Amino acid sequence: MGQPQDPRGNLVRPYAVTRGRTEPRRDIPIEAVLVASQAAVQEARFAGHDKYRIAVLCEAKPQSLAELSALTRLPLGVARVLVADMVADGLLSLHSAAPKKGFTERMDLLERVLSGLRKL
Amino acid sequence: MDFASSERAGAQPKEITSAKIVVAGGFGVGKTTLVGAVSEIEPLTTEALMTSAGQGVDDASKVPGKETTTVAMDFGRITMADDLILYLFGTPGQTRFWFMWDELIRGAVGAAVLVDTRRIADAFAPLDYFENRHLPYIVALNCFDNAPRYEPDEVREALAIPPHVPLVMCDARHRESVKAVLVQVVEHAMATLVAEQSGGYPAVVG
Repeated sequence: MGQPQDPRGNLVRPYAVTRGRTEPRRDIPIEAVLVASQAAVQEARFAGHDKYRIAVLCEAKPQSLAELSALTRLPLGVARVLVADMVADGLLSLHSAAPKKGFTERMDLLERVLSGLRKL
Repeated sequence: MDFASSERAGAQPKEITSAKIVVAGGFGVGKTTLVGAVSEIEPLTTEALMTSAGQGVDDASKVPGKETTTVAMDFGRITMADDLILYLFGTPGQTRFWFMWDELIRGAVGAAVLVDTRRIADAFAPLDYFENRHLPYIVALNCFDNAPRYEPDEVREALAIPPHVPLVMCDARHRESVKAVLVQVVEHAMATLVAEQSGGYPAVVG
């Protein structure tokens, strides 16, 4: 748009990959985990380069939104829009998106984390 | 519970739970070092965009013409079981990025505020932040080589840390030491939860 070369390189016009959309179809926490099946990866081949990369990463192992943003070098907000689309389209399954509510549920999680830390 | 309805995505029948612990503190206090000491991956960096006005996180395109800047957050991962992953997030060091902290602490198990005894005043702002948030936190003194050694009580008094907030010494480079910090965070979160449940404890920290 007639502007000088931006030193931020690949962060120029980052929302181009979402065709300008900045609002995700649903809110996805930064630590929410996403998983893709093999079939989803095949289907994501036709969903565009970035979505395909995301599907491949999530098929190899469960990845958080934060990891997907870091590994694809997409800004967090851009990754969130793409991931929300992919969840809506059935390409990714979203885990752990709802915060734990209630005493027992929260305490169970804390106990599991504590025992996991002690085993490190 | 929150699966996409499609079968294509349903290959993993088990719900995976992720938890996160936030590591806060001033710029250069050793947050990424701490994360790296226990993470199974090299700490990764995710970047969020914001306008120069400090508004509209990740929403730069909504404000055409405004300069955007990036906020970097480092994080690590500990896979505890095939259905449980713990993430450790370092907060952006600069205070002007605090709105980003709000996203980081949402749903977190708890937080550790890392303090460098050579620049103790840097801890005021992060501590102030957690005083006003509903999130269990502890204070960890990062014992740098050549840093002045203080008694924990001296630091507690200097920083006006409330008595119910645990204060520990640590070495952010050492795995065992960092493990101990994280164990403290979780134990404190459990104690806070139990106290809230029984109603005899101020629910909002501070």
